[in-house]
Amino acid sequence: MATKGPIEDPMIDPMIDPRTGEYAVIAPGHTFKSVTQEIAGIVLTSNTPLGWFFGLVVAAGVAMGLVIGCTWLFLKGVGIWGVTIPGAWGFAIINFVWWIGIGHAGTLISAILLLFKQQWRNSINRFAEAMTIFAVCCAGIFPLIHVGRPWLAYWLFPYPNTMNVWPQFRSPLAWDVFAVSTYASISVIFWYMGMIPDFGTLRDRAKMPLAKYFYGLLALGWRGSTRHWIRYESASLLLAGLSTPLVLSVHTVISFDFAVAALAGWHTTIFPPYFVAGAIYSGFAMVITLAIPIRKFYHLEDLVTLRHLDNMAKVMLGTGLIVGYGYAMEVFMSWYSASHWEFFMMWNRMFGPMGWAYWMLILTNLAIPLTTLWSRKLRVNVTYLFILSFIINTGMWFERFVIVVTSLYREYLPSSWGTYRATKWDYMIYFGTLGFFTFLFFLFIRFLPMIPMSEIRMMLPQTKVTPRSKIAEVVSEEES
Amino acid sequence: MPPREGIYGLLAEFNTPGELVHATKEAHRVGYRRMECYTPYPVEEAAQALHFHKTRVPLVCLIGGILGVTTAFLMETWINVWAYPLNIAGRPLFSWPAFIIPAYEWTILFSGFSACFGMLALNGLPQPYHPLFNAANFRNGATTDKFFLCLEAMDPMFSPTETRAFLEQFSAVSVVEVDH
Repeated sequence: MATKGPIEDPMIDPMIDPRTGEYAVIAPGHTFKSVTQEIAGIVLTSNTPLGWFFGLVVAAGVAMGLVIGCTWLFLKGVGIWGVTIPGAWGFAIINFVWWIGIGHAGTLISAILLLFKQQWRNSINRFAEAMTIFAVCCAGIFPLIHVGRPWLAYWLFPYPNTMNVWPQFRSPLAWDVFAVSTYASISVIFWYMGMIPDFGTLRDRAKMPLAKYFYGLLALGWRGSTRHWIRYESASLLLAGLSTPLVLSVHTVISFDFAVAALAGWHTTIFPPYFVAGAIYSGFAMVITLAIPIRKFYHLEDLVTLRHLDNMAKVMLGTGLIVGYGYAMEVFMSWYSASHWEFFMMWNRMFGPMGWAYWMLILTNLAIPLTTLWSRKLRVNVTYLFILSFIINTGMWFERFVIVVTSLYREYLPSSWGTYRATKWDYMIYFGTLGFFTFLFFLFIRFLPMIPMSEIRMMLPQTKVTPRSKIAEVVSEEES
Repeated sequence: MPPREGIYGLLAEFNTPGELVHATKEAHRVGYRRMECYTPYPVEEAAQALHFHKTRVPLVCLIGGILGVTTAFLMETWINVWAYPLNIAGRPLFSWPAFIIPAYEWTILFSGFSACFGMLALNGLPQPYHPLFNAANFRNGATTDKFFLCLEAMDPMFSPTETRAFLEQFSAVSVVEVDH
């Protein structure tokens, strides 16, 4: 993905590699010690920045929306939401798909880019994985509270019970349970395994007894033994290889929730690839939303460089084009299928009472990003990318809204047409999950190493093993 | 269980991975076998110098995956055909194409767990106590920026004086004795 842009003057910006004209992945001049200190220092410092407390409190306040909303929901039932017949699926499923999609970029970065040996991913890998897990936490809430009696949600799992009732495995909703629970478990395992060597570092560098004890427990006695490292690397590669088909399957299974139904607008074979591409699109936007303030606040511009932002913007451009192709194909097929209902659905989606949502989606998901991301200047413009990441995630939310609502509210029989209007509880719970996500993320950046130290060390030039004969030369050169 | 008394081994500290790999190669050539390198990131050349090539992690993972796919598929078949047969729009009870999806997910779930926990088990982790943690310079550097070679006392060639002399001929920062 290396496009060589014009180099204004490489002498001015030390971050630009003069050989390639690309921004460096790590700022030059770092040593094993300096990267370790820079990353571990954020966690092990005894004076937490005030801004962190402020952010945590604000996020916790917003997350209260989730607590209050869910409490009222459990007392009253799903009738407090805007879901009715025919719009039986509303915000809950929209938010579920949106959040799961956001998580996908984390797995893509940690697994697929690892298999492709994209070393630049190392700096953003850890917090992208954390984002995945927190996004899956938020996503998982929605189907559980949508079942109506969430205290019986464990019925979704196949377990021996006295009622002798078992799940029905021909239903995409049962597949969802397996896909999402596997996704959450494997993401947690991959994330934790990746942190074990870093916990070792934190254990050894911690000064406070409590931190020593806490990170010592989490490190499981890691000591960097070479035999351990080889098995560890082998397990990481295997997990990456397993996560790759997993991440593609999860959104595929979620798209089956729609595609298997015989409803115009849902019953289409393009859903799996287009859901996955959309998921990665919105996920990368979320990584950018998180990475830009973090690198600024913690002065990590050395490790999360403009190269990372540039590359992520390119991935968004690529996946955005796939999403655009998906939209185009939906419109084309509604005409080419010669199905009256398909045609009406698309007309209603574009020009019906909720047509504004469709055009909002086209504007925020296609028109703005796909025209501007071609420019390298804008791809490395931090402010622009930050704003754009919000625009894209709004667009992706509208995509799910359009798919769920506009297909449902005017289906085959005009006599059963209705509308959909979200209530304040819908909004409260949705914004509550945004707060909850941010809250978890604040805890993560304070207490866990947000950039994988061992992987960053591997990217430094010092890692090269020089043959014995050359060591003497290097030493003598340095001395002279 | 190795005896919990006396010395565990001699620990040499190096500044660069190149020096570590060289010393390890030499130690292997001379005939030391019970030894281990400790590095802050994976150094493949060190594993080659130790003649450690094969891991059984992929095998454990494969077994986990096979177990996952058979468990899920047999469970679904048993549930939907015998335990709780339901007529869903006249579809056959044994709808194996639909059963593939949960079976696929459990393949990944089981093999992923096997890869991670298998790796930990083969590594003997969790292991909160290890004699090396007694060495102050080890705790200071092994997980940050230093490279260590430990020749263990269990090795038949080990001798506190000769092994130390052997290690000191390399450009080690220090050679320290590690107690159990």
